Amino acid sequence: MTLNYALFFILAAIAIASALGMLLSKNAVYSALFLILNFNVVAIFYVLLNAPFIALTQITVYAGAIMVLFLFVIMLLGAEQTGRISSARWVKPAAYSLGIILISEILYIIFAQTGVIPDAASIAAEFGSPVTVGKALFSRYLLPFEATSVLLIASMIGAIVLTKRKS
Amino acid sequence: MTTGSVWEWIIKSVVIVFGLLTGFAYLTLLERKVLAKIQVRIGPNRAGPMGLFQPLADAIKLIFKEEIIPSRADKIIFVLAPIITVIPALIILGVLPFGGIITLFGRQISLSLADLNVGVLYITAIASISIYGIVLAGWSSNNKYAMLGGIRSSAQMISYELALGLSFIGPILLSGSMSLHDIVAAQKPLWFVVYQPVGALIFWIATLAEVNRAPFDMPEAEQELTAGYHTEYSGMKFALFFMAEYIKMIAVSAIAATLFFGGYRFVLEDQYPILGPVWLLGKVIVLLFGMIWVRATLPRIRYDRLMAFGWKFLFPLALANVFFTAIGIVLEKLWLIPLLTIAVFLGAVVMVGISETRRWRSHVF
Repeated sequence: MTLNYALFFILAAIAIASALGMLLSKNAVYSALFLILNFNVVAIFYVLLNAPFIALTQITVYAGAIMVLFLFVIMLLGAEQTGRISSARWVKPAAYSLGIILISEILYIIFAQTGVIPDAASIAAEFGSPVTVGKALFSRYLLPFEATSVLLIASMIGAIVLTKRKS
Repeated sequence: MTTGSVWEWIIKSVVIVFGLLTGFAYLTLLERKVLAKIQVRIGPNRAGPMGLFQPLADAIKLIFKEEIIPSRADKIIFVLAPIITVIPALIILGVLPFGGIITLFGRQISLSLADLNVGVLYITAIASISIYGIVLAGWSSNNKYAMLGGIRSSAQMISYELALGLSFIGPILLSGSMSLHDIVAAQKPLWFVVYQPVGALIFWIATLAEVNRAPFDMPEAEQELTAGYHTEYSGMKFALFFMAEYIKMIAVSAIAATLFFGGYRFVLEDQYPILGPVWLLGKVIVLLFGMIWVRATLPRIRYDRLMAFGWKFLFPLALANVFFTAIGIVLEKLWLIPLLTIAVFLGAVVMVGISETRRWRSHVF
């Protein structure tokens, strides 16, 4: 189990470093790359938690499809340099206060709960397998699942209609 | 997790990587020889008997070439991009079964690196991140041609990934599993290409686009983009892009063989499991020859046609294929699947043919 702990803390360090890198880099392409690294590390966390299905979906959908589109748009618009953003006056104080609330909540959860990290062995091996996930999606969560697919189709049609407006 | 099994994993990984690298070297020779034969030329025949040492000579030449980094390029990403391109190509075969279980030195050794229960998803995940190297190479070169090549390739790969992912669903439905080992085992009586002729065709076309092979080699269309995303690369860095492209060719051929052509299974494999890798290699070589043949035969498709083909023809066809496969499985009449899908495919071809002819007659391009 020490190996799992060591892996977890090294990966956690990479995850935090890449998240900070994303926020702090001046170049939008670098930010996107740090975010991709972050998504991949989170995917490895899922693998450590016996959920390979979620892990690989995370890589395919977020690191693969969505971030490629982000990168594509950044490059196509030539918007690599994120200059000083001139935003409304209330944005900065709102961001700071929300951030402080988030950090205090995290600290409260960390210190109020004196549990240990559950290791992968204590979780059922079948818990994240594609069969279990599929059965759950198509029986217990059928309605939310179908509602999500309708929402996605609606947004897709919306995007197509918006691009067609000219002709 | 014993020390023995760790060593087993390491040895298997090294064998797979070196196998792919050797395969890459000789695939370049095979391609040049086959192209030469088709074009009635001789091809490389100077280095060694029948030009067999040509890959070695090429490697030595590339290692000693000067490495140039453009002065206004983004240096870190420029150096990283070839590496990011090669790594997914090398690791994508990690879940592929190369054979059954053999006994070596009194030890049972399974001829595969890993048996994931989400093996097919692993392949789609790795395929989806393999775009980055090319996009980043194009962007970091600070060259308009390279940039256009990179953007074209990302658009192309995103578009064809959908049809590719949908063509995986046929074998998954037929075998009831996402593990490549189970998919191979389910093809014991009959290869899936019999039930999935259209699925296999869609997979084949989509992978040609995914690995940027002719007739979909838009990202490197010479007359429009000089050399596309690798215009500014030289020496070993250029060789890495080359290597990634050819290793991806081998990898997708191996995946196609596993999903649709029975994987490592063929005659006598049950009695002599050691034949498994040999049969798989044979199938891969046949499929690779097909890829080279396509390159030698078909002209490149115009870029807008390529996108229209991917979105308006291949993607709906792949959806229809999934639909009719599911119907055949629900009705428990598997012979319906090839009949229905081939009928839909022929209907779609006729419809596209009629509409294209009309468009051509009215001179609206």
